Amino acid sequence: MILDALSWLCLTAGGFFSVVGALGLVRLPEFFTRMHGASVTDTLGAGLILLGLVLQAGFTLVAVKLLFLGIFIFFASPAATHALIKAALARGEKPLLAREDASSKR
Amino acid sequence: MMFAAAALALLVAVALALVRAVLGPTVFDRVLAGNTIGTLAMMLMAVLGFLTGRPEFLDLAIVYGLLNVIGTIAVLKYFRQGSLGAASDDAPNAGLRE
Repeated sequence: MILDALSWLCLTAGGFFSVVGALGLVRLPEFFTRMHGASVTDTLGAGLILLGLVLQAGFTLVAVKLLFLGIFIFFASPAATHALIKAALARGEKPLLAREDASSKR
Repeated sequence: MMFAAAALALLVAVALALVRAVLGPTVFDRVLAGNTIGTLAMMLMAVLGFLTGRPEFLDLAIVYGLLNVIGTIAVLKYFRQGSLGAASDDAPNAGLRE
């Protein structure tokens, strides 16, 4: 009963943060800020949903697989984000603040 | 019921990320949206496995996640260097190649 309530809480909060992150991906002004929105989905949204599922699974092999999924996201998502930012900077994308600084000095 | 709610939220998030993937002015916006859709699809597979009472879907989610990150990095290497076989900029002797 308590586990069900906690699982409800985690799953709805995870879904909420996933939607908020995707909303940030749509609404934020430029690429580097959009990445901030996407990271919400990758960390809090995915983490809370996995936690809710683990609470439903109990001490089984399914919980171990969910744990592996969580560990994998924990390592792979920052690596992909880092590669994305390095590629964008190498191709000449400028963050919004750097652009404003350059234009206000002129 | 709770799995259905979470799956619905994930589907809405996928739709929003898809909007960014279609609109995205730069190619990196599209790659970022694709990466986000991949993460959301992993979560959706896990939730659907619980929703239909078949947790074997988790294996598919793990494999999909591995392919997702490899695909993202391969696409990025292509868009950064223009070919998949080029040496990266920060290799020790990157400047020595013709």
